[in-house]
This record gives sequence, structure tokens and C-alpha cells, in this order.
Amino acid sequence: MKVVVFCKSVPDTETRVRLKDNRLDKSEIKYILNPYDEFAVEEAVRMKEAGKVDEVVAVSMGPERAREALRSALAIGADRAILIKDDALDGSDTYVTAKVLVKALEKDGVEYGMLLFGQQAIDGDTWHVPGQVAEMLGLPQAGSIIKLEVDPDAGKAVANRLVEGGEEVHEMALPCVVTCRKGLNEPRYPSLPNIMKAKRKPVQDYSLADLGLSPEEVGRAGSFTEVLSYSLPPKKEAGRKVEGEPEEVVQELVKFLKDEIKVL
Amino acid sequence: MRFEFTEEQRMVRDMVRRLADEELKPRAAEMDKKGEIFPEIYQQLAELGLFGVYVPEEYGGAGMDVVSYATVVEELSRGCASTGILVSAHTSLVVDPILHYGTEEQKQKFLMPLAKGEKIAAHAMTEPGAGTDVVSIATTAKRDGDHYILNGTKHFITNGKEASIYLVFAMTDKEKRHKGMSAFIVEKDAPGFSIGKLEHKLGIRASSTAELIFENCRIPAENLLGEEGQGFYIAMHCYDGGRIGVAAQAVGIAQAAYEEAVEFAKTRVQFGQPIANFQAIQFKLADMATMIEAARLLYLKAAWLKQEGKPYYQLSAMAKLFASDVAMRVTREAIQVHGGYGFTEEYPVERHYRDAKITEIYEGTSEAQRLTIARNLLKG
Repeated sequence: MKVVVFCKSVPDTETRVRLKDNRLDKSEIKYILNPYDEFAVEEAVRMKEAGKVDEVVAVSMGPERAREALRSALAIGADRAILIKDDALDGSDTYVTAKVLVKALEKDGVEYGMLLFGQQAIDGDTWHVPGQVAEMLGLPQAGSIIKLEVDPDAGKAVANRLVEGGEEVHEMALPCVVTCRKGLNEPRYPSLPNIMKAKRKPVQDYSLADLGLSPEEVGRAGSFTEVLSYSLPPKKEAGRKVEGEPEEVVQELVKFLKDEIKVL
Repeated sequence: MRFEFTEEQRMVRDMVRRLADEELKPRAAEMDKKGEIFPEIYQQLAELGLFGVYVPEEYGGAGMDVVSYATVVEELSRGCASTGILVSAHTSLVVDPILHYGTEEQKQKFLMPLAKGEKIAAHAMTEPGAGTDVVSIATTAKRDGDHYILNGTKHFITNGKEASIYLVFAMTDKEKRHKGMSAFIVEKDAPGFSIGKLEHKLGIRASSTAELIFENCRIPAENLLGEEGQGFYIAMHCYDGGRIGVAAQAVGIAQAAYEEAVEFAKTRVQFGQPIANFQAIQFKLADMATMIEAARLLYLKAAWLKQEGKPYYQLSAMAKLFASDVAMRVTREAIQVHGGYGFTEEYPVERHYRDAKITEIYEGTSEAQRLTIARNLLKG
């Protein structure tokens, strides 16, 4: 069985977000492989090490820097990578992204048994793309899983996902889509020999034309949604201190909860 | 001129930085207290290929370059200075000379397990009566048929307790002075070899510093590294490279202390505001950052020169001289930023301060570095 892991290049978690002309100021951002995607890559590589999977393909749509995110996935243990890169893709929303990813799977022809995603990207945080891809391909899906058992011979996968107060267990026919989160595994540190090997693993580049798509079908033109503006969250205001004798404080607090924020 | 890491160098730096943050930093204080680097750390470093960064793949290494190696030492040292010197002493002072001077058999037998981290190495030159003046070592080696017989005592040997392969320097012909020194590979189980007392030190306390005793220690003649009489030159080769490692270690220590100082200055409130608002603190932080950057560029240049096969000993001496001084100044100022808290074990800056001092001493004191630099610029 082959599996595909989708990878996104995102700003490092320690990035200080700054805006310039209503857009993200990307000049000083350091990019990394989306941490949730690391769980997905790790899981895929473990399935390979367990002998259940014979090829792990990492796929990313993005600018040139997405190649580094793919290289990180290859260093964890993915076998090869696909980079979909085209200036016309700039401004694509999640629907277009999903559409392009599906096209890339078709173009590559990989006979996948499973598609793995991170549950969310830490930049856009939409959680959209995995579900959109699953819908477009008509595949069953389980989101935010913390456990995965795959039986390629029986053609099924069992995934556990955390829900409020318990766990849901999904049994799905292959091929299927899963999205990964913390708790599923501990992503490994890429070893130096594996970083060197990653350099020699193949990365296939696809342009829009390669995928048989026109510029009108993607980017802002092909999207249903558009980001109009960005704004930073409001600064945290200092908390209000209630002081006095216990009776007074309690009265004051109850009044506040009742009248001001109306939770009682 | 390109001041940029390659993609692999950046990936290595990012990985080791994360390793240091997640695995070393949380354990560094405890390892300092207990006086040992925990076994699981050795295991992890070995699995990640950090004991043979620039050893070619055919000898069990990662096949990377000297810049990657130096960066690894800085990032490890940022998390734990003892772990930094573990890798540096292993690599620069034993792995490198075997790679450079070893026979094919020696590389197969000794370099392979060292590069993979299956075995740890220690370099044994210093003796009670011979520090900077290495030619005055009293340890002797006498040829006896297919063997050499070693007699003498080494001390202050980094990695001495954990190592199982030692590069030992001894006089094969005392009359010939530095041309009578030879280098030998000694395995831990060699008859007549034993480990003596362990030192209690001011800093890098998790790194072992041992006495080694050779009493009619018999080793096979094929364990001679290079030729008889080549020992002094092999040693100088070791220290030229080792200085890059120590400079990187010093920068790692300084960087760790600096980061603590920044964090503390932003959160410590005095006179109704974070102390980072005060210019007196800001200037300290600005000086620290500037010195660290300059020291880093020096060791990176030395590492790059070594990688390119160009003369680098002048630069590595400058890098070590400057970086060790920077480590002292930055760690001292980091404590000053912390005030009384910095003087306590509650904050890591006191450990960084203690760890910094040795970088001015081992693998050539700052005075010896100045001599090297001055002699080189006045020669001819």
C-alpha cells in the first residue's frame, strides 16, 4: 500500500506576526513544516517501518520555500515528494487548494491506500482542506485522530478520535482520509544520515499547466472566498481587581456576573 | 560571499536546537549536580548521528561538513555545555586524527564504532607536569616485538570515564624532544590500563575528567597512529580543529546565558516596569548580542576554512580566544541582569557562568592562543 501525506510550509510557532499594508509582513518570517503535518508524516513512516506501507509520498502546494517543508518530511522518512508551484496559485482559498491537490494525485497516478493530513495548519487555521479533498474524492474520513490501526490486506483502517468526554472509533474502508493531531505519536528528530538522504530523494515539480489547470480556475479568480484584511487581536486589557471584606467582594462579583457579563 | 547555511546545515541546526530545548535544557541542571551525562543522552546523540558529523558515510559517519559539526557543538552547548564538549572532544581530538592519519584497518576498527557513537573517545595528552608545554610529557612507549609498552599517568582527560577508545600521546624517544613523541590508540581493556581518580570541577561538571594510569600497558604495534615521532604534529592537528569546537561551545554557552537574560529582563518588574525598559539593561543586552554574533562568525569562518582544506589554525586560534572571552563576559553580565536571583541555583545563569571559564583554559589557554596568533603574524 502507498500513502500520501500533505505538507504545508508555515511560519515558525515563535514568529512575531506583523502586518504591512493590510497583509502579513513575510520579510522576517522563518518557515517550518506545519507541526500537525509532522504527526502525519511520522505516522506514515511508522506504518512503513511496520511493513504495512511500501511508499510514503509527501505533497505540498506552495511557493519555492515549500520545498524545505517537503525536505523535512523526506528527512523524517518519506520516500519522495511532489511540489505544486505556480505564481498563479497565489491567493487560492482552501477549495482551490483541495482541487489542485486532487489534480496532483491524479497526475502522479499514485495508487494510494490512505491520505494523511495534519488536522490544521497553524497559520490559516481553517481545518478545511482535508475534508474538502475527502469530499472531492468521495472518501471516508476521520479527523483529529489519536490512534490508527491499518490493515491493508483486509482493506480497512480503524481510527480513534477524541471527542468531548470520550473517544470515537471509526472503521473505514481503504482508501480513506485521516487528519492527525498531538497524541497520535511523538515525531522523531531527523537524524543526520536521514537529512543527507533526504537531499538525494526525488522531488517532482508540477506547474498549473502540468496539472491541466488554467489560471482562471485557481488563485483569487477560482476561489469562493477571499481574505480582505488582516488585523492583530486586541491587546489584553488589565484585569479588574475586586477588593474589600469577603462579603463585599462576593456581592460585587455576583453583581458583575449577573449584570455586566450576564452569565448568571 | 554568502553568509548563509545550506539547506542541510539549516536542517541540522534546527534539529539540534530542538533536541537541546526538549532533551538537554530540562536535564542540564540535574546532570551538572550528579556529575554525569545521562546514558539516554548518549544513546540519542548516537542515533541521530552526532558523533560522526563530518566522517564519510563509508566509515559510519553522516558525511556532512565541518560547519555542520561546529553548529552542532554550539547548539548542544546551548542546552548543556558538558554535552557540547563530549561531542567536540570525541570528534575533534580523536575521530578527526584517526580519519586524517589512520590506516584503513584503523579506520575500520576504531573510526567506524566512534563515528556511529557505539564507542566514545578520549584524547590523552595532559599530565600533572605537562599542560601547555606538551613536549614535557613523561609517559613513555617502548617497542617490544609486535607490541608497545606504555608507562605513565595522564590527568584532566575529558570523557575519560565513558570512553572505550583513547588516543594516548607518549615519548618513544625522549632525546628527540617533540620529534620523539608518538600517538597510540589504546582500548579500554588493554592490559595495564586503568582509570584513576575523577576531578570535581567548577564547571562542565557533567563531563567526566579522569586520570588515566598506564602500568606496563601492552598494546598491539598496529595501534600506533601515523608514524613514530609524528605524535606532536598529530596533536597540533587535533588542537587546531578542537579550537573550533571549543569556540562553538563557548558561543553556545554565551547564547544560552543571553537568552536567559533577555527573558528575565522582559519579565522582571522594578520601579513599576520591566527592567528591559531601562537603558542600562538594554545596553548590556545589545553588547551581549553583538559579541555573540562576532564570535559565531569567527568560528564559522574557521570551520569553513577547514572544510575547504585551507589553512585555518590562525582563525581557529582567534575564534577560540575571542569566543571564550565572550562567554565569560556574557555569562557575567547575564548574572548581573538577573541581580541576586542570578547568583542562585534557581536560575541557570550561574551554571553558564561556571561552564564558561574552562573555555579559556582547555585545548590551549587564551595565552597560548595569543602566542599562536602572534607568532604567525610576525613570522617570515
